[in-house]
Amino acid sequence: MFKKILIANRGEIAVRVLRACREMGIPAAVVYSDADRASLHVRKADEAYPIGPAAASESYLNIPKILDVARRSGADAIHPGYGFLSENAKFAQACSDAGIKFIGPTAEAMEALGSKTRARQAMEKAHVRLVPGTSRGVESNEEAEKVAAKIGYPVMLKAAAGGGGKGMRLVHSAGELKSALEAARSEAARSFGDDEVYIEKAIVNPRHIEMQVLADEHGNTVYLGERECSLQRRHQKVLEEAPSAIVDPDMRRRMGETAVRVAKAANYTNAGTVEFLVDHDKNFYFLEMNTRLQVEHPVTELVTGLDLVHLQIRIAAGEKLPFEQEDIQIRGHAIECRIYAEDPDNNYFPSPGKINLLLEPSGPGIRLDGGTYEGWSVPIDYDPLLAKLIGYGADREQTISRLSRALDEYFIGGIKTNVSLFRRILRDEAFHAAKLDTGFLDRMLKQAEIKTPDTQAAEIAAIAAGLFAALNQTDQGMSVITGDRRPPDNPESCWKKAGRQEALR
Amino acid sequence: MLYDVTINGKNHRLELNRAGERWLCRLDARELEIDALLVRPHVLSLRIGNLAYEIKSERSENGLQLWIGSACFSAEVSDPRSLRSRSRAKEDQGPRKITASMPGKVVRLLVQAGDSIEAGMGIIVVEAMKMQNEIKSPKKGKVEKILVSPGTAVNAGDVMAIID
Repeated sequence: MFKKILIANRGEIAVRVLRACREMGIPAAVVYSDADRASLHVRKADEAYPIGPAAASESYLNIPKILDVARRSGADAIHPGYGFLSENAKFAQACSDAGIKFIGPTAEAMEALGSKTRARQAMEKAHVRLVPGTSRGVESNEEAEKVAAKIGYPVMLKAAAGGGGKGMRLVHSAGELKSALEAARSEAARSFGDDEVYIEKAIVNPRHIEMQVLADEHGNTVYLGERECSLQRRHQKVLEEAPSAIVDPDMRRRMGETAVRVAKAANYTNAGTVEFLVDHDKNFYFLEMNTRLQVEHPVTELVTGLDLVHLQIRIAAGEKLPFEQEDIQIRGHAIECRIYAEDPDNNYFPSPGKINLLLEPSGPGIRLDGGTYEGWSVPIDYDPLLAKLIGYGADREQTISRLSRALDEYFIGGIKTNVSLFRRILRDEAFHAAKLDTGFLDRMLKQAEIKTPDTQAAEIAAIAAGLFAALNQTDQGMSVITGDRRPPDNPESCWKKAGRQEALR
Repeated sequence: MLYDVTINGKNHRLELNRAGERWLCRLDARELEIDALLVRPHVLSLRIGNLAYEIKSERSENGLQLWIGSACFSAEVSDPRSLRSRSRAKEDQGPRKITASMPGKVVRLLVQAGDSIEAGMGIIVVEAMKMQNEIKSPKKGKVEKILVSPGTAVNAGDVMAIID
């Protein structure tokens, strides 16, 4: 086993990996940028090394700095988390060149799967069903028109190097093709430094279902069941669940075996996820493979009873998978809510700032993977994911009721969060009926939310407002009467404060 | 203690008097006896009769907010006898500060000092978390002063401009 693991990440995932290291008795070192000195992962680590400015390119994405910390700390393995360097083949190669184990797949496997067009070519060879389209970038407008006419509109233009919805365009008819192609190309070039764009048949309102796989370094590959990830905004996942309501044991086996074939075709090792689009007739098509631990891995952990981070570390240390495919059972149901610092009333615009009150839910069937604490300021420099609230129950209905209850217990004060979005999703009739597809959230958010004014609660609020003022005044000798919007940490003269209070009498 | 309380725009007159462990409360015309306990800063446990409530308070750039379960109420509290409350009525006519609602960086100025502007017009564009946000004028008037320039880093609450 490893002597020490360096975690090259931040936020909730760094804390998640730290917890696994603690559980396994492996000392853990972390890196942090100037914006993260006060972050939870630094507080919880055994060793913490500063790596420079807040900008990720000068800290969390800087390969030489991270390898230098690995050497100085004596770490013999690096866990990359997700995002940042987790899917960077150059980084995986640099680790291996430096004699440090990268906890993830090899650089070769990443390269084979990293480009969407190259992955399509490999999958065609492995007889994996793909969304009809081209397996290489289109050269010209004429070629694009020919291909699009052959596979039939609507079509989707996609950047070969893409991700996160960038460089993607939906084209409904031949007339829109030329300008969409130009737009996709320039966006791809700007975002990824590569303007290769290919064409796929657009599957209208598909489900997005992915399959977790695990492969050890001795040729054993298993699948751990699917995750339903159809609830998305701007191509970003918002809520995930396992199992999917439409996947029966036979479909799970077929999808799982396909995923294993994908992984084997790329000589894949460690944890990975094969993403599929599923159409209305439950046909599934290979979309891409994510060569990292996913944000939503906890739902799979809850329904399989396995710890994916432990297994990642064991596999990287050269151990064999401790079970076979037949041993894996799906039990119960799990749903994850991604809690973000963003403002639901302002088009989900990021809302960083100081968390001045944090009440966290607990109780039966609730898991909270967080990277925050009360008094911490959410930095403006990174993805504003605060925590993942995961519910588990015997079935989908019980899981939904547990999560709804937990959301009512959850309070994050001082910043705006999307907690209310999840209350709304979990109340939604179509969600209860599991009628999900990737257009679900946009449709739900287009409907105006019905808010009935509660006059009785408003009266209680009025009484509470007065009591807050009165109790603060009598208990702490200071007034919280409003109108004064000075930040509370601004030092103020006691004389001035006393004078003000006199004036209030 | 006497307070003027505004909840979601509706005004109430609230009188609170301590009676031993409890509070005698007169809200508008109603009288209630209340058991109130501040269980920790910003969290109030209330019993009205035997009905129990937990209320959280939160102060943001939009003022005071109170949460009862998942319902949120914006609140204003003032002491009608205080000097500040009496003078506050005039405030809306005076100059207004444009403050940054979150930490970020000024990208662009959309107006110059001296410009006449309408309520709701964009004044300054601030970038935070890689997204740009247009800060709008709360009132019709004239740009009195601009205190930032493109590139300035701002913190939540920093005054960026003054509109009169």
